[in-house]
Amino acid sequence: MPGKLKAKIVAGRHLPVMDRASDLTDAFVEVKFGNTTFKTDVYPKSLNPQWNSEWFKFEVDDEDLQDEPLQITVLDHDTYSANDAIGKVYIDIDPLLYSEAASVISGWFPIYDTIHGIRGEINVLVKVELFNDLNRFRQSSCGVKFFCTTSIPKGYRAAIVHGFVEELVVNEDPEYQWIDRIRTPRASNEARQRLIFLMSGELQRKIGLKVLEMGGNAVVGYLQCFDLEGESGLVVRAIGTACTLEKLSSGSGTHTHPNTAPASNACNSPSKDGKEPVFGEDLPSSSGPSTPFRALPTSSSSPPPFSPSKPCSRQSSSSDTDLSLTPKTGMGSGSMGKDAGPLKTLLRQQTQTALEQREFPFFTLTSFPSGFLLHVGGVVSARSVKLLDRIHNPALGNTRSYKLLDWNSVTADEPETRDAWWEEIRQEIKSHAKALGCHAVVGYSESTSICEEVCILSASGTAAILNPRYMREGCLDLGGSDQRWFEDPSPSSCGFCHIPYDELNMPFPAQLTYCFHCRRQKVPDVLFTTIDLPSDAAIAGKGCFIQARLCRLKKKGQGEANATAISNQLPFMEYELHTQLMNKLKLRSMNALFGLSIQISVGENMLLGLASATGVYLTALPAPGGIQIAGKTPGDLNTEQHILNIQKRINDTIAKNKEFYEVNPPKLFALDPEVFCGTNVDLTEEVVGSPIPEPRLRSRLFRSHSESSDELSELDLSHGKKDAFVLEVDDTDAVEDIQSLLTDASPPKGFYSCNTETMPGIYNWTSALQMFTSVRVLRLSNANLSNQALNKVFTDLCENLLKSFYFKLRSMIPCCLSHLVFSVAVPEEDLIQVAVTAVAMTFDKDQTQDKPAEKPITKGCSEAEDQLQFSLELCTDSSSINSQSSSKNSAAKLNQNQLIVVRSAGVPESSHLSTRAASVDYGSFADRCSTWLELLRLKAHTIRRGSVKTSRRTQSLAHSVSSLEHSSPLTDGRSRSLRSSRSFGGSSVSVVKMTPLSFLPGTRIVKYVGIINMFFIRETTSLREEGGVSGFLHSFVAEVFAMVRAHVAALGGNAVVSYSMKDCVLMENPNKNQCQCLINVSGDAVIYIRETDQEVTGSTANIRLSCTSSADGAT
Amino acid sequence: MAVELDVFVGNTIIMSEEVYQLWLDGYTVNDAVKVRMEGGVLDEFDAKADVVLSDTMDQYRTFQMCERLLHSPTKLANQLLFQIPPHRQATLIERYYAFDDVFVREVLGKKLSKGTKKDLDDISAKTGVMLKSCRRQFDNFKRVFKVVEELKGPLVENIRQHFLLSDKLARDYAAIVFFANNRFETGKRKLQYLTFQDLAFCAGQLINNWTVGAVDNMVEDMDVDLDKEFLQELKELKVLITDKDLLDQHKSLVCTALRGKTKAFNEMEANFKNLSRGLVNIATKLTNTKDVRDFFIDLVEKFIEPCRSDHWTAADMKLYLTHYTNSAHILDTFKHQVVWDRYMGVIKSCIFKMYHD
Repeated sequence: MPGKLKAKIVAGRHLPVMDRASDLTDAFVEVKFGNTTFKTDVYPKSLNPQWNSEWFKFEVDDEDLQDEPLQITVLDHDTYSANDAIGKVYIDIDPLLYSEAASVISGWFPIYDTIHGIRGEINVLVKVELFNDLNRFRQSSCGVKFFCTTSIPKGYRAAIVHGFVEELVVNEDPEYQWIDRIRTPRASNEARQRLIFLMSGELQRKIGLKVLEMGGNAVVGYLQCFDLEGESGLVVRAIGTACTLEKLSSGSGTHTHPNTAPASNACNSPSKDGKEPVFGEDLPSSSGPSTPFRALPTSSSSPPPFSPSKPCSRQSSSSDTDLSLTPKTGMGSGSMGKDAGPLKTLLRQQTQTALEQREFPFFTLTSFPSGFLLHVGGVVSARSVKLLDRIHNPALGNTRSYKLLDWNSVTADEPETRDAWWEEIRQEIKSHAKALGCHAVVGYSESTSICEEVCILSASGTAAILNPRYMREGCLDLGGSDQRWFEDPSPSSCGFCHIPYDELNMPFPAQLTYCFHCRRQKVPDVLFTTIDLPSDAAIAGKGCFIQARLCRLKKKGQGEANATAISNQLPFMEYELHTQLMNKLKLRSMNALFGLSIQISVGENMLLGLASATGVYLTALPAPGGIQIAGKTPGDLNTEQHILNIQKRINDTIAKNKEFYEVNPPKLFALDPEVFCGTNVDLTEEVVGSPIPEPRLRSRLFRSHSESSDELSELDLSHGKKDAFVLEVDDTDAVEDIQSLLTDASPPKGFYSCNTETMPGIYNWTSALQMFTSVRVLRLSNANLSNQALNKVFTDLCENLLKSFYFKLRSMIPCCLSHLVFSVAVPEEDLIQVAVTAVAMTFDKDQTQDKPAEKPITKGCSEAEDQLQFSLELCTDSSSINSQSSSKNSAAKLNQNQLIVVRSAGVPESSHLSTRAASVDYGSFADRCSTWLELLRLKAHTIRRGSVKTSRRTQSLAHSVSSLEHSSPLTDGRSRSLRSSRSFGGSSVSVVKMTPLSFLPGTRIVKYVGIINMFFIRETTSLREEGGVSGFLHSFVAEVFAMVRAHVAALGGNAVVSYSMKDCVLMENPNKNQCQCLINVSGDAVIYIRETDQEVTGSTANIRLSCTSSADGAT
Repeated sequence: MAVELDVFVGNTIIMSEEVYQLWLDGYTVNDAVKVRMEGGVLDEFDAKADVVLSDTMDQYRTFQMCERLLHSPTKLANQLLFQIPPHRQATLIERYYAFDDVFVREVLGKKLSKGTKKDLDDISAKTGVMLKSCRRQFDNFKRVFKVVEELKGPLVENIRQHFLLSDKLARDYAAIVFFANNRFETGKRKLQYLTFQDLAFCAGQLINNWTVGAVDNMVEDMDVDLDKEFLQELKELKVLITDKDLLDQHKSLVCTALRGKTKAFNEMEANFKNLSRGLVNIATKLTNTKDVRDFFIDLVEKFIEPCRSDHWTAADMKLYLTHYTNSAHILDTFKHQVVWDRYMGVIKSCIFKMYHD
């Protein structure tokens, strides 16, 4: 009995009126965990009930603690008929299971009903007491921390990066069970929500077990997805990177405890023996099928047998490959400089042994400590088209009787099939990486697109060579000499660009030059990656969001024929997307893409392809060439003129872009013999004065396909013998390309955008922040569109979305849209859905130039120190920059009124001026003051609640704020008589920031309080009354935000980082006035403090903290 | 290509005050887009109509969802659905409860009932305020009235606390509630020249000086009802006009003080008895609810109009009323100094405010 869960229901507020006669509600609450249910008393006739219940205690297995959510149902008591449900709250207990995270969950939660949305709020307290259980054969993995963040979380350092963990759980979708025909939509939605909660709990637990077996204590870059396969079930799958994290001491990083053992947890200690493979026994668990453990990397030296395709599963694996048309050549064993050669070889051997033990040397991380990433090869990707079919599930057979069975018992075999599919894809990725001379894949991610019975599985990542130190056990004990041994000779600012493999043995033609930075090693002329720009990379100018869009019609089809048709289209789509990307990159005179993600979505009658990336000019790589236009029939004067015009427009655009993105590469390398040989004719190039490769080479496109992709090697990817960047206008494709090139509007002045964590070239963020989600669905009115027209529609849709963002957020200028994540879907025939989540962050224009001067200094010292402490370095690095910028600018950013408020609120004496001050002026300070004070008071509450075991600083902070609270009893007293009659005076809601990034500018994350992983369903049968689909979705998205914020606040956090909306599935039926939507969101709840407050004591710190909330409202 | 769905939701509420105002003013989405496009502020952004339309729709939806909360502003502070920075909350509330003076002038003193609500389209046509906006404003009045009706304590403070309004706006609402409660007649032709601000000022004077709350420094009784005791005492003032000696004495005192100080002296002297009778009669009749309703008409008819026809300047008026009030103190047989001051203090400031064209 290793855990005791305690819950207390305090109060409710703003409840809906359930009794029309009295306009009141007789509410009570059911608290359920597992199969145990408790009830509170009925609180009669109130919309603001005060239950103040006893502590309900559940004695449960820690396994259940991980799997099950606490389920709170608010009901209206009815003497004569059945009690009406008002709504539910699901609370994930997981954050309470590791010692460092939250110790109590306490706060107001929105009461959510899948039909009516949020209906009031309920105040709940939840605690967990865990008993130590050292049973080695246990099924639980309490204590393993999960992070969505795709870098090492702030405040931690990675002692060991163990590598890839994955798992998937399959179940029957309740929506498709027979019972669904007779139950209410509400019951069906709730069954589904609960099931998914259970499944993701189970998934997390299983992954946790794998991590423990590897000897790790955390999963970073945790990515969980749902595949709604309809009839054939519901798959929840997750991938992540197992690490052993060590917490840096909570100080500002000047003092660390190098000896901190891998954080010991409440219920386990991942000691060495944890490495022993522990094979799970099928315990009589009630929660879903338990997958037998797969061979673990540590215990198996050979990869598990690649399971041959199931007889019935149709494997039209298009395996379209390697998208990474980037040139990659290796620093092959002999071709290097004298010093580097042997070292490299050794390094390679070492690394390989470290990595090859692993089944899949994949890492879901996208940014790394300096020194971790040695070389980057290019993007590797694999796709495969599968038919979803439950026939090959022997347990089910072909009858429909299975539906009467419990889903737990019937689906036991399912995960195996799905596992095999993914394994196939991962193997392919691995071989692609090998072909690029790389032993690892970083920035790895997986996704699916499902339409009816067809499913496209995709995986992509960046082939790379990593520093082995991080992957070996006991690396901490290695002496300095050992580290020196592995020290890479190339500087970190360009090292990752150097080709990772043999120059003489390239599997495809590539254009190599000596590195423009160190001149010692070869670099490709273009580099595509799925990771973030390494923080120490040398770049010129700013980054830029680049998107390639493509829409292809496809015949409607069934079964195998359909799957084949799709898989035949895929390579062509990837090729075209790539050409677009390349052209757009050139048009912006940049030479590298980061954060590349290519999404291909399948619909009944079309395929959508969307590639997004952030372009940047790496100074280590050669300057990109221009784009040349050529006509097929040179004789024709008209055409000639036309071509000249287009050419001129393109050249103008390039020049304009250069200016806009401030791409002015240094001229250091002007004498490079290798490069400086061509006769320079390109006007735009001359303007900037950068050398260009000779014309012939300049326009060469590298189209690589790895040797392993058999199907593709037959496909000529390079337009025959023509140079890709010579666009022929007679060619309809080229016209299209040119059109799409030139229709892309650059963002308005003062706006930048990117899809990576940080915007290359902008370093001085100010604190204003606006995270947003936008969804647009377009109905194609004309069914008989050509591919081209369709393309235009799709391109316009994306472009218009961006324009719309710029317009809506214009008040934040200068501002950058970061982490723009587009996801496309074809929800039904003739519908295109695009959902975007991003964050707009303001920055300070004037300081843009400071960074380059300052950066080398910080970097310099960080390199001198032990690189293992990278996270610390990253921390201090960014902090010093941020603090500098924010200290200079915070004053300027706040408007005058706010400054005054801060001052008066900071001095307790002046605080009672607030409520009753006879102020004459319209929007007076007094009003604002009182609101601020309320906010502060509430903050104090929240912080005190959350800080039972937190660091000293947080506590002192809470202290001084509470003293501030005491100082204003007068304020309270004055209005007491009024308060009593008010429904709910006083408290206001604490601000919770949300961002898809892993950091909040100008702040320091002091604590991660838990992972947020929530799934909601909303349905309506009165669509028109709710304002149509837009009105419906608008309120749903707002509700989801509200619920995320409430959960974070209840954990004691004040922000969510690495937030993402994984799924947004919308099904509408306007004729029936119905609509249903599923949203899945995730992120890391954190506590942050303002960077500038590090040394300042309490009250001011907290005031600033709340102050930022005002900056939030920048729009 | 029809946009089937288009939403944009921020973690922190996204709104522009301009659009909020358009929404409050009752513009439809399309009209609002037109206004915004014509506004020209968007030119620099090269915003196309569809971009502006999408933005306007998003904001209108947000406002509609907020509207429920705005009906009880205290909820806005602790609701969880929208994250609204405090200063934005204040703006949202303040603007929502703001009203058009022309509109309120029309409903001032009317019963806030369904009947009046039906007349709103007429008022809308007359004032040029859109019907939707009229409805919102009317409902606001009604809502404030209903909540405050049953509360104890100072009226303005109650409104401010319950609706989180600024002091100025709370005072205006207090005036509206006060007028609605006492059903003062303000619609007569003769009163048309008075603006809402004139009347609100007068209401403020009455609330501060003539209600129960005025003497008994808040608590217990409501600010909306006039102090019955005081009204009863006002009857005693009658002596000023019924006692001939007193009247003559009063007149001579005032005339002595005024002589040579104003051009209108002759008219003042000639009209003294009439004017004095007018003012005192108003005082003595205030015990009747009907006469309370006619308070403003009486003031205009009995005092302001005669003076205006004699071309008194505002300064003349001030001078006259000051001496008229003060001289009563010197009358040795006149014993009701306190009631007199309480009465004349309000009358004086009301007339000052109301004496204009």
